[in-house]
Amino acid sequence: MAEPILDIHHLSKSFGALKATDDVSLDLRAGEIHALIGPNGAGKSTLIKQISGEISPDAGEVRLNGRSLAGIDAAGRARAGMARSFQVSSVAPEFTVLQNVMLAAQGASGATFRFFRPVMRDAGLLKTARDCISQAALSGRADVPAAELAHGERRKLEIAMALALKPMLFLLDEPMAGMGTEGATALGDLLDRLRQRAPILLVEHDMDAVFRLSDRVSVLVYGRIIATGTPDEIRADREVQRVYLGEEA
Amino acid sequence: MSAVEITAPGRRAGRMGRAQIVNVALALGLVGFGLGAWATGETFLITLATKVAILGIAGAGLNLVLGFGGLVSFGHAAYFGLGGYASGILAHHALNYTPMFEWPFVFEGSTSMPVIWITAMLVGALAALLIGALSLRTTGVYFIMITLAFGQMIFYFAISWPAYGGEDGLPIYVRNGFPGLNTLDPIQFFGLACAVLFAVLGVTAMLVRSRFGLALQAARQNRQRLMAVGIRPGGVLLVAFVISGAITALAGALYADLNRFVSPSMLSWHLSGELLVFLILGGTGRLFAPLAGAGLYIVLEHLLGGVSDHWQFFFGLMLLGVVLFARGGVIGFLAGGKRNG
Amino acid sequence: MSMILLIEQLLNGLQSGLMLFLMAAGLTLVFGVMGLINLAHGSLYMVGAFACAGVAAATGSFWLGLAASIAAAAAAGAIVEVAVIRRLYARDHLDQVLATFALILIFSEGTRWLYGSFPLYLNVPPSLSGSVTLPGGIQYSLFRLAIIGAGLAVAAGLFLLIGKTRIGVQVRAGEADREMIAALGVDIRRLYTLVFALGAALAGMAGALVGTIQSVQVGMGEPVLILAFVVIVIGGIGSIKGALIGALLVGVTDTMGRVLLPSAFALVMETSAATSMGAALASMAIYILMAMVLIVKPGGLFGARA
Repeated sequence: MAEPILDIHHLSKSFGALKATDDVSLDLRAGEIHALIGPNGAGKSTLIKQISGEISPDAGEVRLNGRSLAGIDAAGRARAGMARSFQVSSVAPEFTVLQNVMLAAQGASGATFRFFRPVMRDAGLLKTARDCISQAALSGRADVPAAELAHGERRKLEIAMALALKPMLFLLDEPMAGMGTEGATALGDLLDRLRQRAPILLVEHDMDAVFRLSDRVSVLVYGRIIATGTPDEIRADREVQRVYLGEEA
Repeated sequence: MSAVEITAPGRRAGRMGRAQIVNVALALGLVGFGLGAWATGETFLITLATKVAILGIAGAGLNLVLGFGGLVSFGHAAYFGLGGYASGILAHHALNYTPMFEWPFVFEGSTSMPVIWITAMLVGALAALLIGALSLRTTGVYFIMITLAFGQMIFYFAISWPAYGGEDGLPIYVRNGFPGLNTLDPIQFFGLACAVLFAVLGVTAMLVRSRFGLALQAARQNRQRLMAVGIRPGGVLLVAFVISGAITALAGALYADLNRFVSPSMLSWHLSGELLVFLILGGTGRLFAPLAGAGLYIVLEHLLGGVSDHWQFFFGLMLLGVVLFARGGVIGFLAGGKRNG
Repeated sequence: MSMILLIEQLLNGLQSGLMLFLMAAGLTLVFGVMGLINLAHGSLYMVGAFACAGVAAATGSFWLGLAASIAAAAAAGAIVEVAVIRRLYARDHLDQVLATFALILIFSEGTRWLYGSFPLYLNVPPSLSGSVTLPGGIQYSLFRLAIIGAGLAVAAGLFLLIGKTRIGVQVRAGEADREMIAALGVDIRRLYTLVFALGAALAGMAGALVGTIQSVQVGMGEPVLILAFVVIVIGGIGSIKGALIGALLVGVTDTMGRVLLPSAFALVMETSAATSMGAALASMAIYILMAMVLIVKPGGLFGARA
């Protein structure tokens, strides 16, 4: 089996007495959507932040394509190909959709300290940006300021930006949150297409989407992974049913 | 230009057109006013116009980090004053025939503006590098207070260091020279100041439209997002801070020459506050805000000052009103469009 | 450098530090609870000093003047909070800086209009004038000693207020999570006005006390304001303990620096150069201290929030 794109070993993080992340290990393989589910307070956000580089773990390591990411901050990891979307949409509100995606493309290019030429005439960046915008199905809205976008469109904008980073993997934090059924289905189809480009580590609450789209599911409870497997395996797992899916199972 | 205005040309032509018209009008207004004063022999008014131009340059420096970068620097007078002292000290040594230093070569100061300007900009840039590197470790209110404190530090140093006048300041007996011009002629000095102003505004526009400018404006709007696309906000902001320090120092050198005098008051926090006031009067984040704001301020100072000794009281009320109710400043009012900051 | 002089300067440092604490405590509370940066705090200090001078001159009683300074500053603070500050809580820091800068102009120029530019002088009350002999044979001004006592008393009072009373609980909760206490039904508007007025009262008291030692004039609050900012940066925004430690550090460093640095330089260079170098460095000493703290702890020594 090929080496996983993202490999997380024994990650641990405590805040005082609270053990937010408890010896977490999981991996992300090429072409897959690996969903991370768990009840509120399970520590999903903290885990994502340790992977993206916003928080440093107390113990354990994160490897991208075999290379350890220890000591590399969020910006460095983004340049290494880790594309992230946020639980609460995080975009540049005054920039248009196009400018936001250009920014991402610029970040990926590594050449930010250019002072002379106007960026909005940069043919290379423009092409990349427009491509990513059309892949995220936002073409008609390229010149709309991000603050004026509808909620679902802002989610798609983040995906477009993630695409512009020439990602090795996607780290998506509840992209379906706040989406109606139609929007969620469309976004799900988009993610399905994206997995060919780069694997997706998907944190989600929307169980329909999770079970429809994922190849594997990991369940996080109180900072610990209690089960990893295919959606069917997880659905059948007694402990998961008890702890998470509750009486509905 | 605001963030909206740097979209591809042709888009939002209406809005971009209006802002550009306002900008051109402001530029013509300044030049026209100076020429008109010259034609009518009102030397004092030429000097006033020159003051507007120079303060506009100082404001343009601050605008880069504040209007576009979102950094509330409350210590920019430091760079203004350092530029002024660069001018004063170089001229002082040249005119007194006392060398500034003798190693590695004898340097006797200078009364040539190009030399002085370059020196001033280097000094401003270096100071901004040091202050910025320390201050940018903090954000929010800490950043504001720290920049204020560093400005004060330099202010108190200038007061207590006796070699260059201390509290009394340092006169520049003869205005420094610029090749090809008679800088003592008010209209020629005005023309020079205007040329520098428009050059600085042009450079600012170029920077804002560049890749660097895109990252800078993103740093203002959402640092988390900037990190997430692989760009470290700290580096971008520091570079902007250094450039800003150089520009404001250049203004300081010109100001010292205008008044033929440099004093610690150029380093005071009141001046730092006034620079902030220019920008909000003009409209933070608008390219020509420094010119509009400085112009409005000087006009008000002149007009209101003629009416009452206590004009600052009324100015304070007016400023309060602007902050609370008219946030977009002059340019926001005239040109419309999305506000920044 | 005699021991006596050293101790005297140390006491002066303590005294100036405690007055600085009064300023800084108000500032840090306002920032911690309301998230607002307030430049007009120095003006409230000035209002207190002028109120004291005015009432003391009219009634002949310093004590009435002192009471007036606290009351006037608190009232001015409350009025300003309701009329202006209230509109600024939701705004960004730049707006807050500019609006309170405008308030400085209004207060300063308004006071100059009423009283002119010449300084007023306050007389030390007879009961506190003269000097006291301290253990070790040191003569020290009784008034300054009283100021030290007052400062310590206020510090103790503040710690009790914040630590042990219901208002104090609300203040601490407000610092931790502003939206939460509103949701819990605490009358936010009243709390904010109270906190602001309390800070103002402290500033006014400091203004009256220091005004008695020095003088009362327009703009007297501005240098103190900036020092208070330095104190807060060193101590950490929102922390009263930080404000106290920071203020003492700043007060002592400033006072001792001015005394010791020129002498220290005199050991290695000739007197006039030593005096100027020493004085220059002393004036920068506090800011260098601040820079050093920031390098190690960007949030201040006891910073609750960065």
